[in-house]
Amino acid sequence: MKNALKICTPLDTDVIKKLKAGQFVFISGTIYTARDQAHLRLAGLIKSGKKLPLVLKNQIIYYTGPTPAGKGRPVGSCGPTTSSRMDEFTPSLLDAGVKVLIGKGRRSQEVVRSLKKNKGVYLMAPAGCGAYLSERVKKAKLLTFGDLGPEAIYKLEVENFPAVVAIDSRGRKITA
Amino acid sequence: MRVISAAKVEEAVGSLFLKANTVIRPDIKRALKRAYAKETNKLAGELYRIILENAAIAKTKRLPICQDTGLPVVFVEAGEDVRIKGGGLEGVIQKAVIRSYKKYLFRASIVSDPLKRESRSGFGPAIIHLELKKGKRLKITVMPKGFGSENKTRMKMFNPTVRITEIENFIVECVKNAGSDACPPYIVGVGVGGTAEKANLLAKMALLRPVDKNSRKKHILKMEKKIYSMINHLRIGPMGLGGKTTCLGVNILTYPTHIAGLPVAVNIGCHATRSAAVTI
Ligand code: SF4
Repeated sequence: MKNALKICTPLDTDVIKKLKAGQFVFISGTIYTARDQAHLRLAGLIKSGKKLPLVLKNQIIYYTGPTPAGKGRPVGSCGPTTSSRMDEFTPSLLDAGVKVLIGKGRRSQEVVRSLKKNKGVYLMAPAGCGAYLSERVKKAKLLTFGDLGPEAIYKLEVENFPAVVAIDSRGRKITA
Repeated sequence: MRVISAAKVEEAVGSLFLKANTVIRPDIKRALKRAYAKETNKLAGELYRIILENAAIAKTKRLPICQDTGLPVVFVEAGEDVRIKGGGLEGVIQKAVIRSYKKYLFRASIVSDPLKRESRSGFGPAIIHLELKKGKRLKITVMPKGFGSENKTRMKMFNPTVRITEIENFIVECVKNAGSDACPPYIVGVGVGGTAEKANLLAKMALLRPVDKNSRKKHILKMEKKIYSMINHLRIGPMGLGGKTTCLGVNILTYPTHIAGLPVAVNIGCHATRSAAVTI
């Protein structure tokens, strides 16, 4: 994609503020996976003021549950899952310091408001393209919640991971 | 009586799931290529390019097209003169699903209790739909059904006096409701008639029909074409990025129903709708 913006983690606030809805980006660096059950647990820990198994400040959360890694691969297919199921937990994660969310589909008004308030962005990764995205993952490490199987939190090192800015830090949206 | 060995059935089910999960359906590939060719929206066009490249990578590297390798659904059309030797049909299919998902590194996406949701997830059990047919053949069709799209299922019990346009609008509403959440462009499976559960089953089975084939019933074909065009006017597009294509096909299956009612079910299929079939 021409005109795509290359961004590297950790993302500082200036870079995040520059991202505009509709922009195509390539991310390189560290991202963390978390989906339904991991969100339920993280939000619970945040609420009760307990220690979190990872530092959320300035991090990128990717909603995915990969297939197991084959020989010589860090991870199997790893496309995004539907973001709206995470909506009820997202504001508390953003308040805890998460800056970027990656998934697919629409978000609630609360999430849009929270992104604006916390100067965060929501990106969409190519949906239903798990094999393609797997090629952009260079390393994967199980971080925590291993009992959740594919829903555990993994630390991924990605290179030129493609995504589209769907909601920017001013709350502007690309999708209806 | 024709005897088919359980081993043969097991082998067939195992390879069908491998094929379905790693090789894009030829009708869907054709439809995506057509959508790509006519797309003028740049972002949407780029998405089609990525979707097609994804399919190529999945095939050559034997990676699942999508990480959601679904809830395994198996449709069996069994001839009444067929006997399975060396195991019961149900047991053989369940065993084959688990073996195949393990062997080919598909995702363990099933929780054994829907409410307790035990953290350790598994590969099965598959949902098996059995239909008895005349004859000596055994047809097996597998569909790993992803839940992003399954979550968008809707059904409505209409009055028998309903106007057709109301049904058409309901189906379009279902797609609007799915929005960009379930990986458009969609295949829209519709079941009309029967009972509530029959309509839902028909809607799912409708996803098995190639997207470039329409119903042979004239009045249904007319509905399919009209709804297809209405949905593509929604301009949701791949990933919700807009563009000309929001659905690749509308497939409607019908069944006789009761004088008092008209069940209509809609099962959404994503662009990674996967299925494979074999007749033994
Ligand atoms: S809706 Fe389909 S393509 Fe999208 S994540 Fe689910 S199974 Fe994959």
